[in-house]
Amino acid sequence: MKQQLSSTNTQYSLKAASLPEEIKPVYTLTNAIMHESNPIQEKGLISIQGVDKIFVSERGHRVHALSNTWIEVAEKDFICIVGPSGCGKSTLLRIVAGLEQASSGQVLFQEQVQNKPHPQIGMVFQQYSLLPWRTVEENIILGLEIDRSSAHKKKETAERYLELINMKQFRHSYPFELSGGMQQRVAIARALANDPQVLLMDEPFGALDAHTRILMQRELLRIWEKNIKTVLFVTHSVDEAIYLADRILVMSARPGQVKEIIDVDMPRPRTRSNPRYGQLSEHILDMLEFDNISQSDTNNEYFSEVHA
Amino acid sequence: MRFHFRKRNTIMSKSLKRGALALIGPVLILLIWFVMADVIDNKLILPAPDKVFKHFITPLANIIGLGALTKNILVSLFRVFFGYLIAIIIAVPLGILMGYSRTANELGNSVISIFRPVPPIAWQPLVLAWFGVTSAATLMGLTRGDAYVYLNNFKISMTFIIFLGAFFPIVTSSIHAVSSIPKTWIESARVLGANEWDIFRKILLPGAAPTIINGMRTGLGSAWTCLVSAEMLPGSLSGVGYLITHAYEIARVDVVITGMISIGMIGAFLDFAFRFLESRKFKWQHQIK
Repeated sequence: MKQQLSSTNTQYSLKAASLPEEIKPVYTLTNAIMHESNPIQEKGLISIQGVDKIFVSERGHRVHALSNTWIEVAEKDFICIVGPSGCGKSTLLRIVAGLEQASSGQVLFQEQVQNKPHPQIGMVFQQYSLLPWRTVEENIILGLEIDRSSAHKKKETAERYLELINMKQFRHSYPFELSGGMQQRVAIARALANDPQVLLMDEPFGALDAHTRILMQRELLRIWEKNIKTVLFVTHSVDEAIYLADRILVMSARPGQVKEIIDVDMPRPRTRSNPRYGQLSEHILDMLEFDNISQSDTNNEYFSEVHA
Repeated sequence: MRFHFRKRNTIMSKSLKRGALALIGPVLILLIWFVMADVIDNKLILPAPDKVFKHFITPLANIIGLGALTKNILVSLFRVFFGYLIAIIIAVPLGILMGYSRTANELGNSVISIFRPVPPIAWQPLVLAWFGVTSAATLMGLTRGDAYVYLNNFKISMTFIIFLGAFFPIVTSSIHAVSSIPKTWIESARVLGANEWDIFRKILLPGAAPTIINGMRTGLGSAWTCLVSAEMLPGSLSGVGYLITHAYEIARVDVVITGMISIGMIGAFLDFAFRFLESRKFKWQHQIK
């Protein structure tokens, strides 16, 4: 089965047109297996090619986190990855960041193999990633310090990003003096201050309360529109994905695999009252639910495969 | 304004209250000491407090032929700091390395676990056999003169005992400090392009500093505790520890107690200084918990 998948050598670009009314996934897993030829061969900025990740615990247990994942990410795309817990979506992000190595397959960034942290790829973590002994300003310029930038550039950059996240008056505050939402704003500013081409976000609003979360989503879009980057955003929340993404990547449960890619064909700024919002949400939730039910089966199937 | 004033007032009375509470213990002990000394009425068992305090009132007077109390305290302080400094220089980098690298940890941990429970005093015979009465002066090749007299006070064997006392608390707390640094801190530096040296300088060192400083405080206390056993070694002719052992030999219990109080007061003062530094420099650590 796995053999068959890779022999088709399919690459799925996320740059496909979608029909307005019914939800037509740009790509589904069954499509990919059934049709030998893929209509779109366009190379993206990031190209995830047949990535597999197997974790081996100290006691020798093998966990298959990601299986044969192919994704093409075009420049300036805002992509959200949703999926059940443990579907390997964070692992995928960490492999793109170069913090984790793929067990097989590869990730290309600007057509180069990406296997260690790259200055052009920034990352925002879920929480507690700010250095508590540094002020807001000092946290923002951490990347520039590592880069050994001039004092002038550091000052200028700090100024610009403090302005961008509306936190000028907090420049001398310490992270513990800020709310969770503010801390994440600083974390975003820190990632952006390095001026990366790609921003990876690993459930950045997952630890925030519902209200703050919605404010932060708005804030992120505002920043993104001012300062357009390619964004790969991992989330648990289907609602969040529809609000933010150009395209949503739905993943199946362990071993994680791309199940469907959906264009979010709604104009920005989006309103949650738009009927399309509900349609998309229902469609994705249905898919995730189906996955939860069949999860135990696939696990068994997988288990026998590994031990065969 | 009035509210402000009242608030300040309560803060003041609070710290006053705390100070009063801290004084109750020592005053009580002093009282019991007075009464007991009076009841026992034997200066070989328990001399009266005033016999002891007169040594503190005249700190420059020659005590039992060993020189002034202040001089002995200074000699001891230098000894402790010397051994302590060497312990820091070795234990902190070693601890950081062992906290960061799993291989280094597995390599060193067994050795540390075995040697840590051995009290420094138990090393005395070995230390004597190895270093004898070699001093800093011998190492420098001095045989006479003022420098010789001075440096001859710093015996390798004593330094080693004090070093042992300070080493283990510092190394274990350094290991713990680094290994408990959240992975996210290291990774967020790494995605910003940090190399190993950047991670050491910008994340490990500042992130581990509060816990390492805390270990250094414990280490200093422990080094100070080892002083008496270090100064009991042959070749010692000064220092508070020696003062105590020598006073014991000539049955001057008042001097023994004077020495004990000196060690206690200085140890407490050093501890306080460290705590002060911690609360000033590492405010963030208490806030993130």
